[in-house]
Amino acid sequence: MRTFRLGGVHPEENKISTNAKIEVFPLPKQAVVFLNQHLGAPATPVVAKGDAVKTGQLIAKAEAFVCANIHSPVTGTVNKIDTMKDIFGFNKTAIVIDVAETEEWVETVDTTPDIKRDITLSQKEIVDKIKEMGIVGLGGATFPTHIKYMIPEGKKAEYLLINAAECEPYLTSDHRVILDHTEEVLIGISVLRKALGVPKAYIGIENNKPEPIARLQEMAKQFEGIEVVPLKVKYPQGAEKQLIYSITRRSVPSGKLPIDVGCVVNNIGTAFSVYEAVQKNKPLIETIMTLTGKSLGQQQQHNFVVRIGTPFSDLANYIGGLPEDTCKIISGGTMMGKAIVNIDGPIVKGTSSMLLISEKEAYRYEEQDCIRCGKCVKACPMGLEPYLFSSLINNGKFQEAADNHLMDCMECGCCLFSCPAHKPLTDEIRLAKTKLRQMQQKK
Amino acid sequence: MRLLNVSGSPHVHSGESVKRIMWDVNIALIPLLLTAILFFGFEALFVCLVSVASCLLFQWLIEKFLLKTKTTITDGSAIVTGLLLAFNLPSNLPLWIVIIGALVAIGIGKMSFGGLGKNPFNPALVGRVFLLISFPVQMTTWPRPLGICNIFSNGAVDATTGATPLAAFKEAVKNGTANFDMPNLMDAFLGHIGGSMGEVSAIAIIIGGIYMLCRRVISWHIPVSFIGTALVFSAILWCINPSHYMDPITTILTGGLMLGAVFMATDMVTSPMSKWGKVVFGIGCGLLTIIIRNWGSYPEGVSFAILLMNACVPLINKGFKPKRFAK
Repeated sequence: MRTFRLGGVHPEENKISTNAKIEVFPLPKQAVVFLNQHLGAPATPVVAKGDAVKTGQLIAKAEAFVCANIHSPVTGTVNKIDTMKDIFGFNKTAIVIDVAETEEWVETVDTTPDIKRDITLSQKEIVDKIKEMGIVGLGGATFPTHIKYMIPEGKKAEYLLINAAECEPYLTSDHRVILDHTEEVLIGISVLRKALGVPKAYIGIENNKPEPIARLQEMAKQFEGIEVVPLKVKYPQGAEKQLIYSITRRSVPSGKLPIDVGCVVNNIGTAFSVYEAVQKNKPLIETIMTLTGKSLGQQQQHNFVVRIGTPFSDLANYIGGLPEDTCKIISGGTMMGKAIVNIDGPIVKGTSSMLLISEKEAYRYEEQDCIRCGKCVKACPMGLEPYLFSSLINNGKFQEAADNHLMDCMECGCCLFSCPAHKPLTDEIRLAKTKLRQMQQKK
Repeated sequence: MRLLNVSGSPHVHSGESVKRIMWDVNIALIPLLLTAILFFGFEALFVCLVSVASCLLFQWLIEKFLLKTKTTITDGSAIVTGLLLAFNLPSNLPLWIVIIGALVAIGIGKMSFGGLGKNPFNPALVGRVFLLISFPVQMTTWPRPLGICNIFSNGAVDATTGATPLAAFKEAVKNGTANFDMPNLMDAFLGHIGGSMGEVSAIAIIIGGIYMLCRRVISWHIPVSFIGTALVFSAILWCINPSHYMDPITTILTGGLMLGAVFMATDMVTSPMSKWGKVVFGIGCGLLTIIIRNWGSYPEGVSFAILLMNACVPLINKGFKPKRFAK
């Protein structure tokens, strides 16, 4: 079984919601659409207060290089363009749209359920279409997808890797999208393969999903140049550098990008939205997300396709309120997801879950002195020394921590997960990274 | 209004804890305790109990009255120190000496540096070496082990005392007696030889070691490199002059080498972090042990070798970093 070599842990998988088919979530009353839902500069609004907008209409345009278009996820009128709080409590500019009674799509969007199999667009047209439709990476980083397909001069893409590892505990949206939209996903991958001009695409998927693997392998026979690669169940199998190593045995050096070793990596959810964008002309206005938690009953586990701008609280209301023992709500998985502060904040591009964590699970043990057991060193998939960072950071030696390659850390959380002394290693590293960036800016 | 918890990721934990690790070590030490009682009678149990109780007491007193911090005696680490110290002592050692050993081990070896995790040297070995230097006579008078069948019938253990195989060998070499009668290897493997309570039975140590390996409290690197180096180095010497040097199998089965390699050198607080660092640490321990045994004034060198290598750990950690991704 293929896997990466260094470190890694095996958290409890807790994929409780795998059997819940993807359902369409009802429209919100008001949609809050942030101008910055991606990595990079915010988009510039092209609508004003009082304007009527249709579903799928462009409402904010990408002007910077690293930026993505934003489309209206609903039909209605623009209530205001103002500063709103996101789920993490940060103030960001948003277009707030009051949702109309009846939904009206932009005419160009193909809203029929038919699967469109022929890829008619050329390589360049595909990339332009991906850009136009505002597609961003749905694996968590929300990096604008079209940029990955504009290969810099001197570099050459050899492999297209599709990340379906879904190594995070609890999350099942990738699992479900494979089962519910197998063919669309594979068409999306073919589109990406054409856009990149490579002979082969590999789908990396963790071995704990036998059903999706079988389905993909069966269906992939009808497609040219798509290979399914089952991977060992080990966190963080879906981290970009680890996935590239597991599939191609190539290592992306520190500070380099996948394209430097001839790889382009996209999430399987992105492949699905690329299918919708390129084949059906549908912009990225919804996201497929998991609503799960141990305290919820089997009937309350859901996988939804939700319009962007829907508040998290709508999801909570849908299941009849939060369970009594909910102590923490996480957007993302338990290893790298972020705890949310503001439940009225909206869903954005790249939101993959709403995870309800009980008091018992959320409990953090008291920190003790490091016993130098080296478990953090053994767990680190980047081969770093978290214990050393901890002592350097606590003594204010940020530069020395950077000299020991602190910036290589991807904050996967394996060190804190395995630390018997419960030291907040990942938190300290995050702090030091921020500090180092500030120091860099001052220079 | 209900308030939500907010914290950085990860939001789950493996469930590992310091306490669990320490209690795993204690569980791994049970076979050694049983063989100690089997071969040296209930006197051995008594030494163990006194050692553990005084280690706990001293830690509690120091934390309560000197450091004025919350007590940590329930984490099990003082029990590990107490047991390991006892296993490094002869079973007929006067109890007041055992108590002094515990005071040095806990007071100087551990708490003076700030407690668990901060001590550069293995506390049990600090206590043991202190006693070895301060009470050389008592520390090297060993009771002969009892036959397995007569422990209960013959309670008087201290009736006979004898030297350990290592000391006897050294004596023989010094006197030029070439034909030294080595212990039966099976006896050495089971533990039916003279020596400290915990070091005699290789089989008990191996069982404890396998348990710790399975529970991932230790990794194979240090024991294998330690014992392997000692084996190879002593084999070379033995090939050069079999009448002057001990054969390699007896070398590793006697004098606490197994105990040191499995339980003392692997102490996570005082051993290196990376795999290669651990291998280097083990090789250093093995080399120093054989050197001290053959050319030093003490018949055995495991304690000194480990303490010397403990001192090198910060250097090893600097020099042998873990392999980084894509490097």
